[in-house]
Amino acid sequence: MSTHAGGYSADPRIRRVEWLPWIVALAGFFLLPEYLSLGARILIYVLYALSLDLIVGYAGIITLGHSAYFGLGAYVAGILAAKAGIADPMAQLAASAAAGALLGLVTGAIILRTRALTLLMLTLAITSVLLEIANKASSLTGGADGLSGVVVAPILGLFKFDIFGKTAYLYCLVVLLVGWWLIRKLIYSPFGTSLTGVRENSLRMHAIGAPVYWRLVLVYTLSATIAGIAGGLITQTNQFVGLNVLSFESAGELLVMLILGGVGRIYGAFVGPVVYLVAQDLLAKQFPEYWYLGIGTMLVLVVLFARGGILGIVDSLIAKLRRKA
Amino acid sequence: MSVALETRGLCKSFGALTVAEQINFRLESGARHALIGPNGAGKTTFVNMLTGVLSPSSGRILLAGEDITELGPAKRVKRGLGRTFQINALFRRLSVLDNVALAVAERLGVASRKLRAASAHPEVRNEGMDLLSTLGLAEDASQRILDLPYGKQRLVEIAIALGLRPKVLLLDEPAAGVPSLESHRILQVLDKLPRDIAILIIEHDMDLVFRFAQRITVLVQGEVLVEGTPEEIGRDKRVHQVYLGEQRHA
Repeated sequence: MSTHAGGYSADPRIRRVEWLPWIVALAGFFLLPEYLSLGARILIYVLYALSLDLIVGYAGIITLGHSAYFGLGAYVAGILAAKAGIADPMAQLAASAAAGALLGLVTGAIILRTRALTLLMLTLAITSVLLEIANKASSLTGGADGLSGVVVAPILGLFKFDIFGKTAYLYCLVVLLVGWWLIRKLIYSPFGTSLTGVRENSLRMHAIGAPVYWRLVLVYTLSATIAGIAGGLITQTNQFVGLNVLSFESAGELLVMLILGGVGRIYGAFVGPVVYLVAQDLLAKQFPEYWYLGIGTMLVLVVLFARGGILGIVDSLIAKLRRKA
Repeated sequence: MSVALETRGLCKSFGALTVAEQINFRLESGARHALIGPNGAGKTTFVNMLTGVLSPSSGRILLAGEDITELGPAKRVKRGLGRTFQINALFRRLSVLDNVALAVAERLGVASRKLRAASAHPEVRNEGMDLLSTLGLAEDASQRILDLPYGKQRLVEIAIALGLRPKVLLLDEPAAGVPSLESHRILQVLDKLPRDIAILIIEHDMDLVFRFAQRITVLVQGEVLVEGTPEEIGRDKRVHQVYLGEQRHA
């Protein structure tokens, strides 16, 4: 898979190995029909992690509050479906995207004037404030009980959500495909290359006349938009929204997934959620009380021995094999 | 000769500490001018004020006669003010070509494009390669900065600044940290720079300064002590006392 970075000599064509996740996803649809709801959840988290990778891995914006945009997207889709009677999934998703974008733009414009620990704390504050608003506005959000009664009409009036999760899985897969294509295109573009420049040395980017602040605000808004869409998807597939979508734990969990997979590689955002959520599913069945210990151990091992995440290990193994050959 | 860059009564204080005091300075178009002074003379502060990293406490800065005192660093770059850094400020994990291409793309207005791939902009890549060839770095184009010897990294610093096609180029100690045997390579590069660029070099390497500069300004404790040709500066007793004297005793 290797690292995917833009650049003026980088070949943007899709490599053969990049079809692998899509082949696996389609194979999973046919071979593991009993796991489609877990599969849909994984696909949503891949999209969510991709949005995080765009800002953390490529633009170097550190955050612990990405759940704000995911959670807002989830609640907007849920409120439209349960309270406003808008059941069209495309309209719900568009509203989730718009809400994520708007919040991303407003908060990004404020917090991206800061750096490092201050920035980290502000991202955390944003998600905490939204969580409290969602908790208090129970007439709209259902508060601590969550928002139920989410109605989702057939997609394009044709494909009804079924109890086996087949439609939801394929729907999430298509949305993920579009999101991945857009993010990949962005990373290989001059804009993406300039983001990498900001991550590497923002002082020098200023010195070459780049509008660093506005570039960061823009990428942050794009990332928040995609996170909002992922939030909308989780509502549509679960047909329920709980406060946990806005929690700090949710944002932290996502960061852990990305670190596990590998930051700044695009496909780390695919591998991380798969490993994390499958491990969570398996460990929670085997050790209902101690499953977090397994996840924690995995994270410690990755941080200690594989800074590039699981894909970093794959890269170094391939490099070793090539040297031997 | 027209004036490329000028400062009028430039002052900078940090609380009670004054680091720049009434600096009146003129850089002629196409000039090769050096700014020297002992450690702590305020040279880097002066450069930081010129580039907009620091705001002056008072005084004006004019670029080609236009007041740029209130402009931010990015806008000054767009108007033709380029700089290099005393300590390498490169994109360390990017290739040498991408380091230069980032600057070229900013100048050409390509850097904000999102739909076409960066590699689909051959004008950026070609100009970047031309610059690297001029500086003798073409063979290193695909190398990461991390893997490049320090002397060559200093040349990449210059290449990035040239990618902006500046009218005025501020070189902050271009030979800093480079062994004296290699500094002649830097001088060769500086000698070949286009004559339409006005260059202000801040440097401790006196050999390089006296071989490169046509005029020299000596800064001491934030004030201009004297300005003149290299011969005049070499003869000036005050300069010997405050600066060259220090070197002799060293």
